[in-house]
Amino acid sequence: MHGLINRALQCFMRDTYGEAVWEEVASHAGLGLRDFEAMICYPDELTFRALDSACTLLNKPRDVLLEDLGTYLVSHENLEPVRRILRFGGDSFHEFLHSLDELPDRVRLAVPDLRLPQIEVREHSPGALTLRCFGACPGFGHVLVGILQAMADDYGTLALLEHKGAGNGEEVVSALLLDADFARGRSFSLTPDRL
Amino acid sequence: MAARKDGDAVALERRVLDRLMPMNLLVRPSGHITHAGPTLSRLFPEEELVGRRFLEVFEMGRQHHGICTFSDLRALREARLQLRLRAFPDLRLKGVMVALDGAECTLINLSFGLSIIKAVRRFGLSNDDFAPTDLVIEMLYLVEANTAVMEEFRGLSARLQQARSRAEEQALRDPLTGLHNRRAMDAVLADLVARGKRFGLMHLDLDHFKAVNDTLGHAAGDHVLQVTAGILRSETRKGDTVARVGGDEFVLIFEDLVDPEKLSAIAERIVARLGEPIDYAGQLCRISGSIGFTTSCFYDRPDLDRMLSDVDLALYESKGRGRARATMVTRELLETAAPPGRMRPPRQGRSGAPGPEA
Repeated sequence: MHGLINRALQCFMRDTYGEAVWEEVASHAGLGLRDFEAMICYPDELTFRALDSACTLLNKPRDVLLEDLGTYLVSHENLEPVRRILRFGGDSFHEFLHSLDELPDRVRLAVPDLRLPQIEVREHSPGALTLRCFGACPGFGHVLVGILQAMADDYGTLALLEHKGAGNGEEVVSALLLDADFARGRSFSLTPDRL
Repeated sequence: MAARKDGDAVALERRVLDRLMPMNLLVRPSGHITHAGPTLSRLFPEEELVGRRFLEVFEMGRQHHGICTFSDLRALREARLQLRLRAFPDLRLKGVMVALDGAECTLINLSFGLSIIKAVRRFGLSNDDFAPTDLVIEMLYLVEANTAVMEEFRGLSARLQQARSRAEEQALRDPLTGLHNRRAMDAVLADLVARGKRFGLMHLDLDHFKAVNDTLGHAAGDHVLQVTAGILRSETRKGDTVARVGGDEFVLIFEDLVDPEKLSAIAERIVARLGEPIDYAGQLCRISGSIGFTTSCFYDRPDLDRMLSDVDLALYESKGRGRARATMVTRELLETAAPPGRMRPPRQGRSGAPGPEA
């Protein structure tokens, strides 16, 4: 699994539950390391072992932990670049959802060896969408639900997001847009302050 | 205003222009701006662009020498433009000018070029300020994503650099010869003493090494050191420690080997082999080796500092007697060779003296 994904998991644990909990997870999982490097790839099993250990030690179901991870990726101040990069997807949450099918390509432009699951977006009726995720990242759908929930908040849109199940190497997430102007949302300018 | 292509019913309405090219300008032959696209207008919220002269607002880049008036420019009918905004001289714009057939106006379309990041920041531009086909958003995304990735790589490089220097500090091997280094030697000796083990200790210094280095170059010198390392490895047992402790200095540690005759034989063999010329790229390097050695059994309680300085002394005895030989530490040697104050004669040796009876 790409280091960025592992690093995200580590930072989520550290920023949410504290350094000590992460260290406990790392040693319980027998990772043989204390810090993941974002730009190095690791064997997949390390990621899953870390995830399992985190669930065991925190006594949380995997789905819930993954969803929390997704929310963290967008909403934590340490990860502002992730939020910004996602916001480039569109001017509204609706537009953003439709940009998700090009997310893997968009990410590859910046990090060529980071492979995200392919997402297929379909809008059945106005404001009712189904997102199908394909790829070798079991549980990604739950992370996506967390990401989408946080992005809806970011845009100020009221939306209902739900994981509809998995099977055949595919996960399905539904999105129901209820009110595009529910809240003010966070601001987004095309260039960050630090550039 | 509409530009009509002769014959075709293609009309360039302002609405179409503004949608496709939000930074368009229509300029009359007199040089007066008659229409400005919405994004250009955003740059001048206070003053209307329409009615001003093109060359009052924009300055032609240096590449357009000879163009002093708008008529000069217009006469080209079609041209790539490099411009500066007079109000914001640090913004360089690029653009294209096309004369419209059948209309007296000239159409100019502009873009921010490499000033894009400055411009977006200064004027608070957003998605809507660019044509949907413009790749500017993708470019801004890339700039930002690459900056974040570069930052990560910078951090990674710094951490790797740190880890590398830490590893180098902790390294036990000499990178050139693959032999142990001084740090390893210290550790092995300390361990032997701690475990109360008997051991032989040898100090070797190459003779004429500097001359090889100076006359044949460092590569030849390195080669000689590597050959020396090979000889030392082949003349010692697997469990012995061979360390390069200085430029051309080596220390050999023989666990459980304290027989002076055997040590002497090993030393002689090493000296003999080092005496053979070493071929380097067709040139012969001639060196030899001088050795001093001792054993832990010469001392009541082995004191490492003293043992090392004793072998050092024996080594210099070898050098002093003409090099290419081995000298064992003896009481006589220490008493005669030691400059006053430098050495204290060993306290109680096994037989009351350092060195064997013989």
